[in-house]
Amino acid sequence: MQSSKRLTILVCCGPGCIANNSMQVYEAFKKHIAGSYLNVEVAMTVECECDKESSPAIKATGCHGLCEHGPLVTILPHDITYIKVKVEDVSEIIEKTVLKGEVVERLLYTDKIQKKKLVKRDEWTFYRKQKKVALRHVGLIDPGKIDEYLERDGYKALEKALKDMTRSEVIEEVKKSGLRGRGGGGFPTGLKWSFAAQAEGTCKYVICNGDEGDPGAFMDRAVLEGDGHAVLEGMVICGYAIGVDHGFLYIRDEYGLAVENMKRAIVAARERGFLGEHILGTGFSFDVEIVRGGGAFVCGEEMSLIRSIEGNTGEPVPKPPYPADKGLWGKPTVINNVETWTNVPVIINKGADYFRSIGTENSPGTKVFALVGKVNNTGLVEVPMGTTLREIIFEIGGGIPKGRKFKAVQTGGPSGGCIPEAKLDLPVDFDSLTAEGSMMGSGGMIVVDDRTCMVEFARYYLKFLSEESCGKCVPCRQGIKTMLEILTDICEGRGQEGDIDLLVEIGQMVQEASLCALGKSAPNPVLSNIANFRVEFEEHIKNKRCPAGVCKDLTAFYIDSKICVGCAVCAKRCPVGAISGDKKQLHVIDQGKCTKCGICMDNCQFHAVRVK
Amino acid sequence: MDLSQIKQETLVVASTYKPEPRFLLAVLQDIQRKYKYLPKQSLEVVSEYLDVPLTKVYGVVTFYKAFSLTPKGENIIKVCDGTACHIKGSMNLITEIKAVLGIDPGQTTADGKFSLEIVNCIGSCALAPVMMINESYYGKLTPAKLRAVLESYREGGMVDAK
Repeated sequence: MQSSKRLTILVCCGPGCIANNSMQVYEAFKKHIAGSYLNVEVAMTVECECDKESSPAIKATGCHGLCEHGPLVTILPHDITYIKVKVEDVSEIIEKTVLKGEVVERLLYTDKIQKKKLVKRDEWTFYRKQKKVALRHVGLIDPGKIDEYLERDGYKALEKALKDMTRSEVIEEVKKSGLRGRGGGGFPTGLKWSFAAQAEGTCKYVICNGDEGDPGAFMDRAVLEGDGHAVLEGMVICGYAIGVDHGFLYIRDEYGLAVENMKRAIVAARERGFLGEHILGTGFSFDVEIVRGGGAFVCGEEMSLIRSIEGNTGEPVPKPPYPADKGLWGKPTVINNVETWTNVPVIINKGADYFRSIGTENSPGTKVFALVGKVNNTGLVEVPMGTTLREIIFEIGGGIPKGRKFKAVQTGGPSGGCIPEAKLDLPVDFDSLTAEGSMMGSGGMIVVDDRTCMVEFARYYLKFLSEESCGKCVPCRQGIKTMLEILTDICEGRGQEGDIDLLVEIGQMVQEASLCALGKSAPNPVLSNIANFRVEFEEHIKNKRCPAGVCKDLTAFYIDSKICVGCAVCAKRCPVGAISGDKKQLHVIDQGKCTKCGICMDNCQFHAVRVK
Repeated sequence: MDLSQIKQETLVVASTYKPEPRFLLAVLQDIQRKYKYLPKQSLEVVSEYLDVPLTKVYGVVTFYKAFSLTPKGENIIKVCDGTACHIKGSMNLITEIKAVLGIDPGQTTADGKFSLEIVNCIGSCALAPVMMINESYYGKLTPAKLRAVLESYREGGMVDAK
């Protein structure tokens, strides 16, 4: 936590907290503070779009990570963090904590693993096993204020690179660090840079890929919103290393706040001489331009993204040549993901050896994950590579809610696969996940419990991919469509003997023959689910039954008479009034009325609602 | 709105960019933001201004999800079907919206009050299943909660909850 003595209130305004009214909480703090004569700065973790004209005294910071319990409010230097803060709580926090330094017990976080309430956030099990490198400033600084970045060694790495290192020394240091692309492929970053540096021609480009399109992933968004200068610094360093004067920042247009904050960061960096002509008084010039993405998943693929920057439809082209040889407008181009860029200043500042001291031999450093789904602590986590899935899900993530049973964890988004319980002790790095038929991807980590149907889950991803396939190559366009049809048939009770083998066969063809990474990885969710949960597929096909109670055509719910205590929660929650029963008596589901939504099953704390 | 006005306004938006084909996406995004869809006349103006064939403009418009060629309703409902929302029952919300408003994803109600869209993740996974109506978020939704929210918009009471 921050060491500054100045009284500061940090209100998290990351995407999760904003949706939970953190802006109103922030406004309430501002109002109450203005009413008193306190020397307090209200720091908002990310400044709201609608707040552009607000007074400059307002500080802004990024996502604190534990979205599940948002909005989070941290008070420094006391180092007290409150959870689920509502507007009504603000006056009490000011009265007790800000003015008297007392703790408001009811707003403290209860750590279920340590079984106690904790005041300091660093003591929470959620944070204890994390290691912040890429997210080192997110949630602690105001991304709108370059001085706060500078106070934390901001742009020191750039200065060091420009003044004390040759171009090749910079590339060597990045190579030595073993940094691998955080966008999914895991290609060694230093190597990529060296290819572009060696490529012929003087006109070259640097691109930041901020087209985060994975459903259930918001890592890059948090960095772009909360610590944009770190991304810019990484890009400028690369520009110097490979001799480039122009960079592009490709950000999803839906990430309005990220676009706004990056625009401001670029302006501020230019003013201070970290961007533009003669950077830091040297002969090196470099500038960055923002391009907004149009919401096409395939544009996360580097060649498609490059085509999109050129003003075209984002369709991939065969590789090689790779972008390092022929990229944007046919010129050598280095393209790296947001998280990769933020790691670069750390490597230059603290050295490759420091970076290598974190993580594993082949995957040094940390990885940011969006830990979501059926897990108690939904949020943004950053762990050293090599941390096991069990540690991430059951310690940091706090396990599975409502006493249900863990079933699988999905990594790598639509390009990844599911990993079952037997493999939870797998240390997470690029190679271990690929070996299990999944992949690191950009960092989505979705936990599912026994209420998730693995057939339908695979169908979900295939549906997404069928919509996002650009349609250029036949294996991807037609293969995904056919697999989706088969999966839909299975989910709707029309599955036939031989469907599983057919899925595997088509899947392997799509992997082999597709043009780009979207198609090559598209069958992963299906193939890994078949490999790990084949019985569930067979149950759908042979017995026309969905064990998880998700596929409506194959599901009938009933209430177990031995378990039901007649609490009536199911009857109250049922949206169609299909459940009846007297208080403290067995409840019954009217099959004629039931729409199979499963809300009764999800809400029965006694697990009395069963799937026939 | 008359056609010449659309053309004029489109040109104003387009002129904030240099007339280079690479700005096609950016210009279209700004026009989409202005009208909530892309009028045909706008596309013609953009084609001429950037010197990009109309067929290519159309190709780009239909390729990217951000663009719509049909006008949207007064209130745009975006149901998140990101992975976290999906496994927490986002499809039940779609069923409920259809029951209340009678529209499928991609459609607009006859009175022009609501459009329904499915989006792939709005980054608020802790609130799953979540939806947005215009700029307001509604999280941890159940069919009952959803019904109440829709009713409030129908009455016009919460059109701008923020």
